[in-house]
Amino acid sequence: MKKVFVALLILIAGAHVWAAPLLINGAGATFPYPIYSKWFDEYSKANPDIQMNYQSIGSGGGIKQISSHTVDFGASDGPMTDAQLQKAEGQLLHFPTVLGGVVPIYNVDGVVTSLKFSQEAMAKIFLGQVTLWSDPLIKKDNPSVHLPATSITVVHRADGSGTTYCWTDFLSKISAEWKNRVGKANSVNWPVGLGGKGNEGVAGLIKQTPNSIGYVELIYATQNKLDYGALENKAGKFILCSNASVSAAAANAAKNMPRDFRVSITNAEGNESYPASTFTWLLIYRRQSDGAKGKALVDFLDWMLTKGQTYADDLGYAPLPANVIPMEKDAIKLIEIKG
Amino acid sequence: MNTNASTRDVVNVAAFGVTALCAALTLGILFFILGYVLIHGIGALNWDFFTKLPKPVGENGGGMANAIVGTAKLVGLAGVFGLPIGILGGTYLAEYGRGRFSFFVRYAADVINGVPSIVVGIVAYTLVVMPVRHFSALAGSIALAMILIPISLRSTEEFLRLVPNAIRESALALGLPQWKVILFVVYPSALSGISTGALLSLSRVSGETAPLLFTAFGNRFWSSGLLNPIASLPVMIFTYSIAPYDDWHRQAWAAALVLLMLVLLANVGARLMLRRRTYT
Amino acid sequence: MDRLFRALTFIFALAVLALAALIAFELYRNSVLSQKAFGWSFLTRQIWDPVEEDFGALTFIYGTLITSALALLLAVPVGIGVAIFLAELAPKPMSEVCAFLIELLAAIPSVIYGLIGIFVIVPIMRVQVQPFLIKHLGFLPLFKGPAYGIGLLTAALVLAIMIVPFITTITREVLMSVPREQKEAAMALGATRWEVVRMAMLPYARSGIAGSVFLALGRALGETMAVTMVIGNSTHIQASLLAPGYTMAAVLANEFAEADSELYTHTLIEVGLALFVITIIVNGIARLILGRMKVAPVS
Repeated sequence: MKKVFVALLILIAGAHVWAAPLLINGAGATFPYPIYSKWFDEYSKANPDIQMNYQSIGSGGGIKQISSHTVDFGASDGPMTDAQLQKAEGQLLHFPTVLGGVVPIYNVDGVVTSLKFSQEAMAKIFLGQVTLWSDPLIKKDNPSVHLPATSITVVHRADGSGTTYCWTDFLSKISAEWKNRVGKANSVNWPVGLGGKGNEGVAGLIKQTPNSIGYVELIYATQNKLDYGALENKAGKFILCSNASVSAAAANAAKNMPRDFRVSITNAEGNESYPASTFTWLLIYRRQSDGAKGKALVDFLDWMLTKGQTYADDLGYAPLPANVIPMEKDAIKLIEIKG
Repeated sequence: MNTNASTRDVVNVAAFGVTALCAALTLGILFFILGYVLIHGIGALNWDFFTKLPKPVGENGGGMANAIVGTAKLVGLAGVFGLPIGILGGTYLAEYGRGRFSFFVRYAADVINGVPSIVVGIVAYTLVVMPVRHFSALAGSIALAMILIPISLRSTEEFLRLVPNAIRESALALGLPQWKVILFVVYPSALSGISTGALLSLSRVSGETAPLLFTAFGNRFWSSGLLNPIASLPVMIFTYSIAPYDDWHRQAWAAALVLLMLVLLANVGARLMLRRRTYT
Repeated sequence: MDRLFRALTFIFALAVLALAALIAFELYRNSVLSQKAFGWSFLTRQIWDPVEEDFGALTFIYGTLITSALALLLAVPVGIGVAIFLAELAPKPMSEVCAFLIELLAAIPSVIYGLIGIFVIVPIMRVQVQPFLIKHLGFLPLFKGPAYGIGLLTAALVLAIMIVPFITTITREVLMSVPREQKEAAMALGATRWEVVRMAMLPYARSGIAGSVFLALGRALGETMAVTMVIGNSTHIQASLLAPGYTMAAVLANEFAEADSELYTHTLIEVGLALFVITIIVNGIARLILGRMKVAPVS
């Protein structure tokens, strides 16, 4: 029955399939969507017979869709787990593309400077244990700022998201209690707070809600002209998120980059490293059954590692560390193209 | 009614005053929404919006021509799949349906009508996308058709029932078989009603976002054929409004304005179509 | 030929029935893992932990029911008020135009309601309405807590706006269909116009109004986008109506795309299934009431 149905679908649509340029479909993370849309546009200009269509449906969606072969490539801000890799029908490869950072944004009455948050303070705010802005844990690192004795409203993502993965991964590394009680994932069981939909939703809630704190990708904070705080890194330094501090975290973590590129760079070593940083990855099958698409994907990956990286800085992303690029070029050779 | 007459008059005026306030409030909300979308959308509307493809981030301009065509294609296909079921099924209910079976069909239509659109999207995903492993315009239009069927079914039945029985009886008395009566007598007299219902059901599904996310997906380019992903206005509004770029927000409002205008035009058009032919 | 045509229309009517069954079956089939894992307690537990994969839908069921009930509380009086105004007070041409405009309110896509909700209603709620409620009714647990702007009450307000047209359209129709003799009898007794409405017309229209209320309820229960944008999305049940909450449709919209494990996906689909069952019941009641009355529901 199902086969008849499938045959029917193909029959209805069959006549049109080969008419257009080669269309390669991808889906996944929202955070790199701006640069991906730029890349795919530039790449199509250089290769008019190839159209790369990317839809930002979220990291979990990217993993789900590539695992069930409904798209030609996936994208995610969090690496796939071993269990997820096993579920996928075929061997999936991770290719890091750019880096980003997640920043704490806040809206506190009378505060216009950048606040500093120690790791303990940040974890306890999100656990609901530090509930007042005037709490000594926050005051201690911001002695010159007048913090009001009002209660803190925590804002988090309501939808599953790679941003949440990076943030909860960071919290899990700095707080044993968070790790045990909540853990890291695209969506978690939040101890406290309001949920906003998307980075925009969180930024909007922060803007509208006095005395609130939340987290977004750096570009959403700068675009919305929101203050964002400095985080204490592993070395005990307070670091503001920037392309440089994210790159520093990546460079330190990249020294022992695993061959499959599945690496977490939150709370990385190094004085200059921003602790809530992450790679974002493309997910591509090792065996490409469609020769034309496989060739196009390989060609795109080469382009992305060279020409593509030059667009990163302008759009607010940190480019890949220099030593990762040759490793990825080796990994591209793993891709087997049929026909 | 034995209380003081003046108190009763006061109550009378006050009560109707409150109902008038309710009406003013409700209409005020409608005009506010229309005005708000108009003010925010009009600034971003230009010729490019209707004729160009989307531009990547950092380059201002570009348009949503592919999404406008995409929405037309999706809604049109949904009509092709859904309207025959709605109209012929509605014909059965109005012309033959009396018994328990018809009750269940009407009930089923109401139930489908009440299913949240996101659930319809999930069902279309498991039914159409998973077997062929491909997001497609076809899958999106099937999802929309599922939403459209109950609406056009009920409106078709309703308008067929408005056709006076005397018309049917006199045609039957002339010796016409029932199917000819329905096709050549009943349908023509209910034509404006049925097409109004069809138009309204199409306009209703043209604004749906949730069922398209996992079926029609999206496409930054023109979509060819039925088996490729395709762009649509509601999905573009959704993705553009959650991105961090002002230019995209402006375009999202422009798209919202275009979509709202399409829906309103369809509704006004439907109303005018009905005007031309009424049965009272 | 007659038979053939009848059979043809019968098949298409049957297709509608089949479609409803197909939707039910798909929802059931794709949620078996969750049904096995949690059983009936799925409906009564409050936990929602995607990391440990421990799920219960009570928060969403509570949020869905409470926002819909509140929306009815707000929309029913207004909707009936508008209908009385249009049926009794407004001159016929004006009544027709207004009725059409109010139906337009139902035609506006819900994503646009969501945008209006976020940019207009939420700030008003946070700055004016909620502080007022907290100040004057804050002694009740229902109105405790900080004014976030978003939350159950705000979602109910947006829903109320969306369902007023459902109530008004049907109520106006049944009010206008009240037999003239009925009204004249009341007038002959010396009743004022309002007393005619109250004593002769509303009782006559009672079941029509009840039916419209259930139809409106059906719409409110399943509304997705607009609610998702203003409900606050918190998976904890709180007593206060000002607190953020969650609805069944909203959790589907938020989490379905990102549900990366099979059990998680099945769990969300089971939420969809539960919502489906609730709409079957609500629509069944509406149909029972309206079915006797020959008033067709608007869509």
